[in-house]
Amino acid sequence: MDYQIENISPNNLEDCTKCTICTVYCPVSAVNPDYPGPKKAGPDGERYRLKNASFYDKALKFCLNCKRCEVSCPSNVRIGDIIQMARLKYDTRPVSLRDKMLANTDFMGTLATKFSPIVNTTLKMPVTKRLLHMTMGIDRHRIMPRYTSETFDDWMKKIAPSQDVFKNFVAYFHGCFVNYNNPKLGKDFVHIMNAIGYGVKPLGKERCCGVAKIANKLISEARRDAKTNIRSMETAMAKGWNVLATSSTCVFTMREEYPHLLGIDNTAVRNNISLATTFINKLVSDAKVKLVFRDDFKARICYHTPCHMQKLGWKIHSVSLLNMIPRVTLVPLESMCCGMAGTYGFKKENYEFSQAIGQDLFDNIYRAGADIVATDCETCKWQIEANTGMRVENPITIVAEALDWEATRKANGLT
Amino acid sequence: MRKKDCGKHYDVVIVGAGATGAGTARDCAIRGLKVLLVERYDFAAGATGRNHGLLHSGARYAVTDQESATECISENAILRRIASHCVEDTGGLFITLPEDSLEYQKTFIEACNKAGISAREIDPDEARKMEPAVNSKLIGAVTVPDGAIDPFRLTTANVVDAHRYGADILTYHEVIDMVRNGTRIEGVVLRDRRTNKKITVEASLVINAGGIWSQSICNMAGVKVNMFPAKGALLIFGHRLNNIVINRCRKPADADILVPGDTISLIGTTSSRIPFEDVERMEVTPEEVDILLREGIKIAPCLAYTRILRAYAGVRPLIASDDDPSGRSISRGIVCLDHAKRDGLEGFITISGGKLMTYRLMAEQATDMAFNKLGIKDPGCTTSTTPLPGSGNTEADIQERTSKQHIIELSTDQKAALGRHGSLGMEIARQGDDAIVCECEHVSVGEIKYAIKNLHAESLVHLRRRTRLGMGTCQGCLCACRAAAILGEETHDNEGAIEDLKMFINERWKGMTPVAWGKTLVEAQFMSWIYAGIGGLEGNATHDEECVPTRAKMKIETNEV
Repeated sequence: MDYQIENISPNNLEDCTKCTICTVYCPVSAVNPDYPGPKKAGPDGERYRLKNASFYDKALKFCLNCKRCEVSCPSNVRIGDIIQMARLKYDTRPVSLRDKMLANTDFMGTLATKFSPIVNTTLKMPVTKRLLHMTMGIDRHRIMPRYTSETFDDWMKKIAPSQDVFKNFVAYFHGCFVNYNNPKLGKDFVHIMNAIGYGVKPLGKERCCGVAKIANKLISEARRDAKTNIRSMETAMAKGWNVLATSSTCVFTMREEYPHLLGIDNTAVRNNISLATTFINKLVSDAKVKLVFRDDFKARICYHTPCHMQKLGWKIHSVSLLNMIPRVTLVPLESMCCGMAGTYGFKKENYEFSQAIGQDLFDNIYRAGADIVATDCETCKWQIEANTGMRVENPITIVAEALDWEATRKANGLT
Repeated sequence: MRKKDCGKHYDVVIVGAGATGAGTARDCAIRGLKVLLVERYDFAAGATGRNHGLLHSGARYAVTDQESATECISENAILRRIASHCVEDTGGLFITLPEDSLEYQKTFIEACNKAGISAREIDPDEARKMEPAVNSKLIGAVTVPDGAIDPFRLTTANVVDAHRYGADILTYHEVIDMVRNGTRIEGVVLRDRRTNKKITVEASLVINAGGIWSQSICNMAGVKVNMFPAKGALLIFGHRLNNIVINRCRKPADADILVPGDTISLIGTTSSRIPFEDVERMEVTPEEVDILLREGIKIAPCLAYTRILRAYAGVRPLIASDDDPSGRSISRGIVCLDHAKRDGLEGFITISGGKLMTYRLMAEQATDMAFNKLGIKDPGCTTSTTPLPGSGNTEADIQERTSKQHIIELSTDQKAALGRHGSLGMEIARQGDDAIVCECEHVSVGEIKYAIKNLHAESLVHLRRRTRLGMGTCQGCLCACRAAAILGEETHDNEGAIEDLKMFINERWKGMTPVAWGKTLVEAQFMSWIYAGIGGLEGNATHDEECVPTRAKMKIETNEV
């Protein structure tokens, strides 16, 4: 009977018992009847695609790769990966100019920061928006993120000498958003790490994590970038540095999507890649560092869990960190997708669905009556800001605002 | 397909709606005879639906049986033409493993060429590239024009076409006796299995196409044929492992063919002689599962670690050689018996032996003999050139549909339906009822309704045979209840549909039991939560596996007898 005992399938798609819970949790299925849903698009559709590639359904493009299906799956089927792999393998249509522009966040960022005042003004003008809508298919309702005039990289270079005085170091993967749009978040991060006794080093050669390129099927480019990043992270690791990022999606992509979608082995560095809030919270709870907060920072905050944060399972760390601030009241918020999903929501054909997906979340945020929405993902931030008018910040920025710098430095033995 | 009363006189009554009976009914009807096809169960319920679904090139028989090989390759070409929607051109490989002999491969190629089967020796490396699932240790490989064929759709297409040409069809009617007048058979006595009513049907000729049950039908006529039931078990794997049929290049033995059939792959078969009394109770034993895995792994190592969906077994209707009523030597070829010549009994023909591949040829021979016996002018057989309904240019149909309805892209469900029903699938697309019933196999509400209306489907088992409902990974766990709801609605009999649901689930369980470990066991457990736990469906159904609920009031468009 050995044959029977040993016949256990390692084929992930065969672990599916068809219970359909993934479809219940799929934000797209709830609003778009043309989307087959994760079960059908994933393990079920795969059986037909294995029969014949022509069974590929172009409606798979509606998947926003939130991975909530994978979180809900009781059998650990990597449904989201199956769907994304099918898109990469079978959708042979050429990548449009718009998708290339949206996906190449670092290239566009380098370009835009050089002329940031002009770019920012132009992107705000209704006529530009209409033009982008009509010619490129970037939805006119969308507010393009503002570009900074000084990139975070440039700032880091300036302050580099000040980081050498510490005993402990971390390498910072800033990501495109911090570098080109919101250097303040990166600066907040550096200040906090400094206050708890850590010097922050640039990763060295850093490329975009690749999430936007993967979503837009620019796979060879994504793979090239990923290889560069892995090499840089290996160098950092050799020096004993952990690699931290402030965007949950960047962390998720480098930890999970590299091996699963790009076929890049990251086992050597994977466990050293972490999110800033996770890393700091662990330090505090292990009593390795102390955070001291001001008495006069008072706010009602609700934490929005980005989909990739949900998949990482690290919400607890960001929330614990915010909970340390004495006069902060955390208002619970049900975890649901905001509908933005990076470049997905910018596309004209997705705008309506993107908004419909996020509507319940927006309503919940209104009802929560908070002062600030905290979230670890930049594209969630854009979406929630645009739809609720609320102030949305990364927990790191909120911690920086609430921190008593002097007292914290002192508590950690720094002068 | 029910009858009010009899009274009509038929030219021929054909007993058994397997591939051969259905094919014979079609051939007779096309040639203008008044035909009645009677079946005790549903179409393709016996050996027709319990085999590999392999479109033989004939190569398997080339060395041992040239005649069968020649028949196969000729029918192979015909079926590709007349039943394109039931056939998938996968191609086939005969592989030689280190433990087999390359000498046999040489003999094999020569025998194939002699039979007119194009067999080309290829480099083992090329074979590994063509079919990555193949055992990489192979030392020789030969390509042959094998393929996959869906026996359910093939049989249904024959029945539907026979009906179109005027044949009457009665399912769930069992022949319980013959109308005998001296040395002549003049009809059959039927029992309606749903009402238990007896019906007498008069006919000039009775054609016995009962497969393994031919023996009992002959007994009723007072003549003797000996069948030798040989049980063959198969395993169905969860997804396509190979896209080319893989055979072992050696003398036919256990588990030496791996066929990619629709969304799955199946390995088979075993072969064991069983007593005739056992043909109604087919269960796959743990030993058979072991043999299939042990031998199957040699063809494709991935069988060792692929989820197995179910196991099933069929009975080969092997028949004693013609004119040998003692029945010691078995015939593998087609046996068409004119009982007048053989036993001095007029009005009775038995068509048996052969194989699924040669069903059409068997039908042709039986029909030829029928005309001969009836003394009517024979317009000649055209079934080798007349396409079956659904066969045809599906690609063109897809284009027509997409351009007419301005749909840029068909969904996987629509493509799957077109793949199953060929050009008839357009009817389903036109209904636009795209909500999904069976997710594993992409069967829509429209397809279910279409099958109920046009393909004589009266129960969930019928729907499975017509559409693939419940044949996928979950084995009906999630779709059976949905389909039962539609069935209840269409037949205005919800209670009947619930009984039918019980029967269907039990039937699915039967196939899962021999392979219930790993995820298949989890699936079975999940199934019991849903149906027993939530649905409260416990115990056995009030009717057996091969009957529809007696309360069902079917609204099937058919010619009334």
